[in-house]
Amino acid sequence: MTTVLETQKLTVADFKGKVDPDWCAGCGDFGVLSSLQKVLAEMNIQPHDVVTISGIGCSSNLPGFINTYGMHTLHGRALAVATGVKMANHKLHVIVTGGDGDGFGIGGNHFIHTMRRNVDLLYIAMDNQIYGLTTGQTSPTSRKGMKTKSMPYGNVEEPINPISLALAAGATFVARGFSAEPKHLMDLVKQGLEHKGFSFIDVFSPCVTYNHDNTYAWFRERVKKLEADSSYDSSDWHEAMKRALIWGEEIPIGKFFERTDLPSLHEADLILAGAGPLAHRDLQIAPRVVRSLIAELM
Amino acid sequence: MDGTFAVAIGGAAGQGVATPGDIFAKLFVRRGLHVNAYNAYQSIIRGGHTFLTIRTGTEEVKCFGDRIDLLIPLNQDSMDRHLGLMRSGAAVVYNSDTVKPGTAHDGVRLCPLPVNQLSKASRSKVEQNTLALAASLQMMGVTFEPLAEILTEQFMRKGGKVVTENLDIARVGFDYAVANFQAFASPLPMHDMAYAVLSGNIALAMGGAAAGVKFYCAYPMSPSTGVLHWMAAHAREAGIVVRQVEDEIGVINMAIGAAHAGVRAMCATSGGGFALMTEALGMSAMMETPVVVIDVQRAGPSTGVPTKTEQGDLWQMLGAGFGDFPRLIAAPTDILDCFKLVPEMHNLADRFQCPGIILSDLLLSEGRSSVDPKQLTFDAEINRGEMITSAGPSNGKTVYNRYQITESGISPRAIPGVPGHTHTASTDEHDENGVLLSDEFTNPVKRRAMMEKRQRKVEGIETAVRAPVLKGEPGAAVTLIGWGSTDGVIREAVELLNEEGISTNHLQIRWLVPLNGEAIVNILSSSRYSIIVENNYSGQFARYLRSETSYVPNGHIRKYDGEPFMPHHIVAAVKEQLAGPTGKTQLSVPMHEIMV
Repeated sequence: MTTVLETQKLTVADFKGKVDPDWCAGCGDFGVLSSLQKVLAEMNIQPHDVVTISGIGCSSNLPGFINTYGMHTLHGRALAVATGVKMANHKLHVIVTGGDGDGFGIGGNHFIHTMRRNVDLLYIAMDNQIYGLTTGQTSPTSRKGMKTKSMPYGNVEEPINPISLALAAGATFVARGFSAEPKHLMDLVKQGLEHKGFSFIDVFSPCVTYNHDNTYAWFRERVKKLEADSSYDSSDWHEAMKRALIWGEEIPIGKFFERTDLPSLHEADLILAGAGPLAHRDLQIAPRVVRSLIAELM
Repeated sequence: MDGTFAVAIGGAAGQGVATPGDIFAKLFVRRGLHVNAYNAYQSIIRGGHTFLTIRTGTEEVKCFGDRIDLLIPLNQDSMDRHLGLMRSGAAVVYNSDTVKPGTAHDGVRLCPLPVNQLSKASRSKVEQNTLALAASLQMMGVTFEPLAEILTEQFMRKGGKVVTENLDIARVGFDYAVANFQAFASPLPMHDMAYAVLSGNIALAMGGAAAGVKFYCAYPMSPSTGVLHWMAAHAREAGIVVRQVEDEIGVINMAIGAAHAGVRAMCATSGGGFALMTEALGMSAMMETPVVVIDVQRAGPSTGVPTKTEQGDLWQMLGAGFGDFPRLIAAPTDILDCFKLVPEMHNLADRFQCPGIILSDLLLSEGRSSVDPKQLTFDAEINRGEMITSAGPSNGKTVYNRYQITESGISPRAIPGVPGHTHTASTDEHDENGVLLSDEFTNPVKRRAMMEKRQRKVEGIETAVRAPVLKGEPGAAVTLIGWGSTDGVIREAVELLNEEGISTNHLQIRWLVPLNGEAIVNILSSSRYSIIVENNYSGQFARYLRSETSYVPNGHIRKYDGEPFMPHHIVAAVKEQLAGPTGKTQLSVPMHEIMV
């Protein structure tokens, strides 16, 4: 392992993990990984100041492929773990990566609550509308009618809309990217990392093995960048919600919404606000405080 | 009389049982008396039946006892339920406007308070409580001043007018008792000492503060919520980040995240919440990130009896999480031990980088007892184990392997933010350097090596924990074996049995994992008649002890009605078994006579 001097300009190579990704050739997740590595290098964030946290799934293997501190946790639980990490050391850059099943299915509860808490982290969902690692079952974002091994006669349920859900839950930065649009995605990742508060990027990340509906070609025909519309105001929540509901011949990608007026959780917490990381604090309680704690009981 | 005095207050939830209870407890400990209190209540916010017993005495009060000396029934229901259990010498103080006594046993003094007449100026519903409190204390030989002092503190924040009203009405009750009621033969003693009085939940929370816990999170669940309440109320002073989380799955994952980033983290729940935590318990073990979880047992299964006690979660703790991994489980034996065990558990969890479980129960957590304030020391040793919190002089050539294979099984743990030590902590099986084996190739040699590395920590854990010690004469006719919260009631039963000429000794188990089974069997090998006492149906500890050591006791005493053991339950069961057939394992299930 090489130790990087703080003054040295970082490159993508500094963020290369111990092993190469084991994703299928052509998997959308490659584009997300390289965007992330490039942005981190560009922003010159030290690898040891980043914690990349995932749940379980194909895309959740990402922390092993990037040189930062990593946690490969339980299916659906990455956001809860990440909240704990951020509370313990709010100087760290916390990035959560995972898939649609992990984040919107089994992890749905944590997804909603982490957004309303405005925990300062970047959450990238690699959304392929399928369960890949379990060899192709319906996911919470699989389209209605889609045939999979678990719903061979077609999905009868309405899919989740992660963008409108995030907006409704109070996320302060909501965006959608496409892994085949790397420059656009890098821009979103950079903005997401810079945003103070919860940043959510839902990334279309096609599964070339199990999802033959939502292919690269399918997305390419439909995605349209919000940034191309100069009249679009991403600080307007109601307008963001309108755009979030557009789905069909045209699917908007880009930054739907951002607000910067709300404190993030560690800024709002009475113990953390304006102070150094919890992890670096003295464990002993002052004798004066101890005396008062005991006096209450007498 | 055994040198203790027990007051009981019964009423509906919302009638204000708690406040006079707190006042009695404070007044007793300020007199230098010990206290043990237990509140039997229902999962209801208004109505139902709540029955608080506060027992006091000069010597340590081990449990809430068998006898009530003074009963304050705040409603007819409480009078009807408890009057028949009062024995000669006891007194009953009640509001004669609303409560009618039934037939009392001979020698029970009925002390009616004409509340409407005495409190004509006031419409407050809790007047009767203050009147009864003051009259009772007068009968117990307490002067008015200490009561006035506590009432003043209690009502100060509601303003001077409320204080004066309460003092006036208390004076009326006190004077009425002087004129109309006969005082108890021996007044409450007074000693030049002052104790603290606290619940097990407060002790657990304060133990966390003493252990250096900096992150506490929870989802409310009876009977563990008291830990959250103390933590939240004292977060600012103690510098602890306290978060209420969406569910217990989130709770333990968040705690592990915080622990992973370098703080001491803790959470508390009850059996149902713990069930949700079990997958992450395995994560703590696999990532080798320490976390301490408190399980406050209540009567199960499922939602069960939420406000009642049981020792029914042992097997859940033993089996929580799939796969094999080292864990620590201990059950505190009294309220002071709740405080002492927490730093001890954190030290071991940190040293061995594994989950630590503290097994309390409703009896301990919501019960209260007096503690010598000098025992509440916040200077317990803090041992964080092999932890890397800053980068050493690095020449860039050293390789950091988070899961380095070592003889002890312990691998130095770098926390995020330390330069030169980046790695991935994974719930997937991994190599020494943290790379997932499934990403490399499924490698049986490495898998075996990692499993053995983690499990080698068990040897260290076993030597780090002391074996239990037999209390009493080794050759006694009876050996009572208990675990966790039953220590106090068994100790009292042992005294009673010895007084009655049945020589009895006692072995209380605090550490469940590691168990020290060999030492236990060694102690029990000289027992003449051994009985395992536990608050559950199936004998969870007895089955565990047998599975670990093949030891089978002569008898069992079990109780699973939701209420804790009282000393006489154990005494009667021991006698029953000694008179019973020999050569056959006996089981006694005492009946709880008080309908609460």
